[in-house]
Amino acid sequence: MAISNQISVPEKVPFWLDPKKRAIIYQIAVMAMIGLLGYYLVSNTIFNLKKQHIATGFSFLHKESSFEIGESLISYSAASSYGRALLVGALNTLKVSFIGIIFTIILGTIIGVARLSSNWLVSKLAAIYIEVMQDIPVLLQLFFWYAIFYEGLPPPRQALCPIKGLFLCNRGVAFTVPAPHPAYKYMLLALLGAGVLVFFIRRWAKRRQEKTGEFFPVFKVSTALVLGMPFAVWLAFGAPTKMDVPRLVGFNFKGGMTLSPEFIALLLGLVLYTAAFVAEVVRAGIQSVGKGQREAAMSIGLRPPLVLNLVILPQALRVIIPPLTSQMLNLTKNSSLAVAIGFPDFVSVANTTINQTGQAVEGVALIMAVYLIFSLSTSAFMNWYNKKVKLVER
Amino acid sequence: MEQATFETNIEDVKPPATSVGVIGWVKQNLFNGWLNSILTIFTFVVLWKIVPPFFRWAFIDSVWNTTGQACRHAAGACWSIVSANYRFIIFGFYPYDQQWRPFLAMMILFGLLFYSRNRKHWKKSLGYAWILGLFTMGLLMKGGLFGLVPVETTKWGGLPLTLLLSVFGLTAAYPLGVVLALGRRSKLPAIKVLCILYIELIRGVPLISLLFMSSIIFPLFLPEGITINKILRAQVAIILFTAAYIAEVVRGGLQAMSRGQYEAAESLGLNYYLTMRLVILPQALKIVIPPTVSILISAFKDTSLVVIIALWDLLKTTQSVLSNPEWMGFSREAYIFIAIFYFLGCFSMSNYSRKLEKELSAGEESR
Repeated sequence: MAISNQISVPEKVPFWLDPKKRAIIYQIAVMAMIGLLGYYLVSNTIFNLKKQHIATGFSFLHKESSFEIGESLISYSAASSYGRALLVGALNTLKVSFIGIIFTIILGTIIGVARLSSNWLVSKLAAIYIEVMQDIPVLLQLFFWYAIFYEGLPPPRQALCPIKGLFLCNRGVAFTVPAPHPAYKYMLLALLGAGVLVFFIRRWAKRRQEKTGEFFPVFKVSTALVLGMPFAVWLAFGAPTKMDVPRLVGFNFKGGMTLSPEFIALLLGLVLYTAAFVAEVVRAGIQSVGKGQREAAMSIGLRPPLVLNLVILPQALRVIIPPLTSQMLNLTKNSSLAVAIGFPDFVSVANTTINQTGQAVEGVALIMAVYLIFSLSTSAFMNWYNKKVKLVER
Repeated sequence: MEQATFETNIEDVKPPATSVGVIGWVKQNLFNGWLNSILTIFTFVVLWKIVPPFFRWAFIDSVWNTTGQACRHAAGACWSIVSANYRFIIFGFYPYDQQWRPFLAMMILFGLLFYSRNRKHWKKSLGYAWILGLFTMGLLMKGGLFGLVPVETTKWGGLPLTLLLSVFGLTAAYPLGVVLALGRRSKLPAIKVLCILYIELIRGVPLISLLFMSSIIFPLFLPEGITINKILRAQVAIILFTAAYIAEVVRGGLQAMSRGQYEAAESLGLNYYLTMRLVILPQALKIVIPPTVSILISAFKDTSLVVIIALWDLLKTTQSVLSNPEWMGFSREAYIFIAIFYFLGCFSMSNYSRKLEKELSAGEESR
């Protein structure tokens, strides 16, 4: 109908039948509706806040927080400001996510490879692990591990000691670490220096090989550098070997390093849960590289490590990295469940702040902003990576 | 050697005993090569260390039907925590003598789900059956009509609440997700930007922040005197959250449609609505069934998060039993019990999705 109209009278199309004008009208209508809704909600909120005498704005960030936080990477006390408390929470979130991501990738890769093993028993066990872990909510898993810690382990006085210097009890895990010594700081610097050196050596070796065809043993040299430089620093400082062993003082362990049950339950739950998803990602990635690729690489005379390094991994990683990143992001977002078992992550601290100040709008906005920053920076990285590894078609 | 093989009839020669039957299977699947042999033996040792003690704890030394005091003397698992409290764990604070109502509602739900399993039953009448079923379930839960005693929503809890949040969450999130996906692919810039903003914003934040928003901020949004109950608010948060993920999955399906489909629909004179309704969506939604199911599975699992805003779902009723001094300390047993619930739900969904995927791809090949 509309079409026949348009064809017969092309000059005078009523504006509601002109797709271009209609599109503009639609958009204006939608924007107006959303604008009105937004105005209605905001005005209601402001009215309600005023009525309940709740302050608005972010000035509360400078006020004294007057609550304690169990574990913190930076110095913090109840006299510190809310802003600092939130920073402590954000750092705790980053800490648990960072450590969790490392362990998840290791465990997930092992399970994913095991799933593809020709060994029936290993492959089936991996399959069972993946299915069971994916099908139980991560929150339930967190509660379960926390309960195991809290109920299953003895109090500090009867702490289990499976290995010398490692103590397990319901107050957490205490283990031996090297006693503080200035050497360790410089060893870390040496390690960083070695990393930078390795980066440049790789670039140089690749260029040289492309130009002259000469091969440079990059892997051996970089291993030697990464291990050797910190070791040399350690020797230069007189090889300190003093260890800090945890001792039972009163009702708890002093010295060494102690991890709280909340932290361990959170880490364990997140890692075991996410590893099941990562295992599937890794399996799919490995399976995506055809058998012919390996055979072709072998037939041009590459040795197995080089086959893996030059042929299999670059192709598998292209498939693995994008879903892997989104799993890592999921882990970071799931770390917000820490609030349920009492680990002071960002959400947990923000929740306490909301309860104390009553400024819910600002608190939830902060939570959302922090996680948005995490995920936007991750997706920025993803776009960069995707561009880098995109198939170059000739 | 070669002579011998030629002389005997090839039919008479049996394969060596080590390459067929049980031994052959074991050799081929467990002990092919020294690395796999070591792996097998190592795995067996680990399993031997774990499985028999667990079996002993869970079945042999366990107690099934005693009081909490008697449990403390048992060497194994205390399943009594489940047998003594299962009514509360499953139904929460729902009035005890009325608990047949949520039970019946759940049975209707399971019946409908079971009936919908078969793709041959996917007709319009099934849609009506679902609408009728959901209505009946709501009536059974809420009461107030046909002589049923009304039950406040604050008393709803346990498994019916978990299922309610999942089922209504999913049925409402799906159409919203499809609309958002269409909006994201729209040619109208304002609508496209709005949808992108919404999807990326929601996908960037954890569900818990939305739940906080629904429980703390949402009441501030409403004018004075109007309140919306807590379950509905959490339900809205779950819907808004799931819809963004469904939108992304559906967008994948829309992108997989070739231009020819759009052009063919246009050349038939179909407008935008009819193009989508008759040509594009039926195909696009079919492609993305498997990823959609995995979104549904995670949405089902995510309903457990409402525990954090103190709704009495399955996890919360369990925790409340655990805070009773009589049953304190038997968390493992209680958590394993509800883990089985979640596992059965998710496992049957993922199994079904695999079956469906196979059926659909088979249909694709025969064409």
